[in-house]
Amino acid sequence: MAESKVATDGPGVPAGREVPDGPELPPGAQESARAEQADPGEGPEVDLFRPRAQAEERWFDDEAGPVVRLYSMTGGRTRPVEEGLFDLISLITAARPGPDSGGVPAHGLTPEHQAILTWCRHEPLSVAELGSFTDLPVSVVRVLLGDLYDADLISVTRPVPLAELPDERLLRDVINGLRAL
Amino acid sequence: MDSVRSDHTPATRGGAAEPRWRGGPAAAVKILVAGGFGAGKTTLVGSVSEIRPLRTEEELSEQGRPVDDTSGVETKRTTTVAMDFGRIDLQPGLALYLFGTPGQDRFWFVWDELARGALGAVVIADTRRLADCFPSVDFFERRGIPFVVAVNCFDGAERFEVEEVRDALDLDPGIPVLLCDARLREDGKEVLVALVEHAAAGRHRAATARA
Ligand SMILES: Nc1nc2c(ncn2[C@@H]2O[C@H](COP(=O)(O)OP(=O)(O)O)[C@@H](O)[C@H]2O)c(=O)[nH]1
Ligand SMILES: [Mg+2]
Repeated sequence: MAESKVATDGPGVPAGREVPDGPELPPGAQESARAEQADPGEGPEVDLFRPRAQAEERWFDDEAGPVVRLYSMTGGRTRPVEEGLFDLISLITAARPGPDSGGVPAHGLTPEHQAILTWCRHEPLSVAELGSFTDLPVSVVRVLLGDLYDADLISVTRPVPLAELPDERLLRDVINGLRAL
Repeated sequence: MDSVRSDHTPATRGGAAEPRWRGGPAAAVKILVAGGFGAGKTTLVGSVSEIRPLRTEEELSEQGRPVDDTSGVETKRTTTVAMDFGRIDLQPGLALYLFGTPGQDRFWFVWDELARGALGAVVIADTRRLADCFPSVDFFERRGIPFVVAVNCFDGAERFEVEEVRDALDLDPGIPVLLCDARLREDGKEVLVALVEHAAAGRHRAATARA
């Protein structure tokens, strides 16, 4: 039915679009990311990743795009560490390296990990925004965030639990904020 | 709210998030925008926020068929699910994220995740194809998620009274139904405010019932 068009509807990703070689970085972030990579400092060594698959090994699912590349990015893993930790609106902040930590350890961090850290270095960003800004599928971002979380490189604020009784003041704040737009 | 607006952070990250306040959000809430294909979901999200595309790759494993991990990646089939989202900075430290749901029917598994913890939902009804929004209405009713129905008034479409739409959708009398033009920011705001007020009223009812 018509819904099969959803992938090309609006500003979504055009069907069959190839995933770019590197993740997108925030404007002006390229240099600092490189600088950090060049000087990994004394931080703990994090072995996050096995080597990436060769480009020739990529194959294309007619619907899904370059599957192998995405799986190689995540080492074939598809599930987040902890259920619900990386909700679409969980807020992620790059952990501020302590005075003695010698900076963010770059060992084992892929450019994709670096890109995520760079995006959320200055202010919290939601998992959804990180997916959009890095141009990576949310499913992949979640796995990468799991690595960063395990390595204590990010902090996570879970969404306000609204399940049964959302806080009255929060609702009032939302209404006032919307009215003021 | 001029005193609040004077806090505005100059845009420093061209094309990306341009937070209205320094420091970014400390708390986030989400609202879903649902409805049939072409009902105006993308339009509504775009009229009240800076809209951005978002996609996820989901595994298509047949129900009950275990995924064979040893045979390698080739056995895994994934599909791309695209949706819209936008962020509204409501006040310092508080962000509202809007998610335009992907197509009905094919992507219920994504809806389940989207709906978890949502403040509520806007179901957009296109009066030319009213039945297209039935599955969305069913979905939110079944899960007890507060929702409002926004009747998108397309040019040339027959005009309906709010009560006619309510009857046609067989809605609970308490569910707000609003006429709107999804292209207009003011209308979008009004719909969202109606939703959150509806959610707040439901909260109040639940709280009194427990007392
Ligand atoms: N006249 C009119 N056109 C609309 C309105 N809302 C959306 N449209 C148009 O309807 C088409 C489909 O809208 P879109 O937001 O992409 O629908 P979606 O599939 O639900 O995301 C677009 O061409 C919009 O410009 C409305 O309120 N009035
Ligand atoms: Mg759309």
